[in-house]
Amino acid sequence: MLADYLIWVFIVIGLTFNGLGVIGLLRFPDVYTRLHAATKATTFGSLFTSLAVVTWGLWNYSQGGDSSNIVLSIHTIIAVASLLLTNPVGAHAIARAAYRSGVKPKNAVVDRLEVKE
Amino acid sequence: MIALIVTIIYTFIAYLALTAGSGSFLGFWSVEEIIMGVFLSIIVGAISRKYLCKSGDYRMLNPLRWLLFVVYGFGPFFFAMAKANIDVAYRVVTGKIRPGIVKIKPELKTDFGVTFLANSITLTPGTLSVDVDDENNLYVHWINIPEGEEKNEIANIEKVCGSFAKWARRVAE
Repeated sequence: MLADYLIWVFIVIGLTFNGLGVIGLLRFPDVYTRLHAATKATTFGSLFTSLAVVTWGLWNYSQGGDSSNIVLSIHTIIAVASLLLTNPVGAHAIARAAYRSGVKPKNAVVDRLEVKE
Repeated sequence: MIALIVTIIYTFIAYLALTAGSGSFLGFWSVEEIIMGVFLSIIVGAISRKYLCKSGDYRMLNPLRWLLFVVYGFGPFFFAMAKANIDVAYRVVTGKIRPGIVKIKPELKTDFGVTFLANSITLTPGTLSVDVDDENNLYVHWINIPEGEEKNEIANIEKVCGSFAKWARRVAE
């Protein structure tokens, strides 16, 4: 019963942040600020939706379910770990590639990287 | 030799995690999966030992660093990530942004330390590491630069990423 409420709360938080990521992608002016919305808000949202799956699996297992529930939880944790590892690397690679190919940050108040190159 | 053993153990743990639930030996595994896992781990370890332990430095085997990593992940890092997510949510809704690329000097010596800090910065919304130079200075795209901060040649590291640099030094160096 408590687990049901917890799962709903996790899913709502996750979908809220994923939705905000989509709105940010449409609203922000250039590639860097869009990367903020598109990669980070969605990581946080996906973390919470995955947490809901883990909670569901552990809850079913504790209520006398078979070990496939534990398997589901473990695999979801592995998916979250790889998401947390690959997401910043991908965002970093896109940002660096964009800067190298000459995209300047729009409306920027300061750009220390320009001085360097 | 250490590289071979570390790679074999690491591969075997990954194999166990992926095949959990296949039987009832030791709770979750079937005997066939365990035997197959040992063979596969030894083969993979023999082939790829040179890649996983490239630097020849085994400081990350210290379990204290792993403990600190877990404490960092669930404590200051998760808290900062949640706080920054709410801040970026506010900026998405209102559209108040002051973007720019600032330079920070974390004074980390090892490649792993810099990678650790750069990934932490990128996972925290509001800041995104764009580039790194030869002196391990990071160039960070910051979505909302506080008034006056853009005049400093090197930005205040506490304001950009909080205590992350200190934790990177503790965990990775």
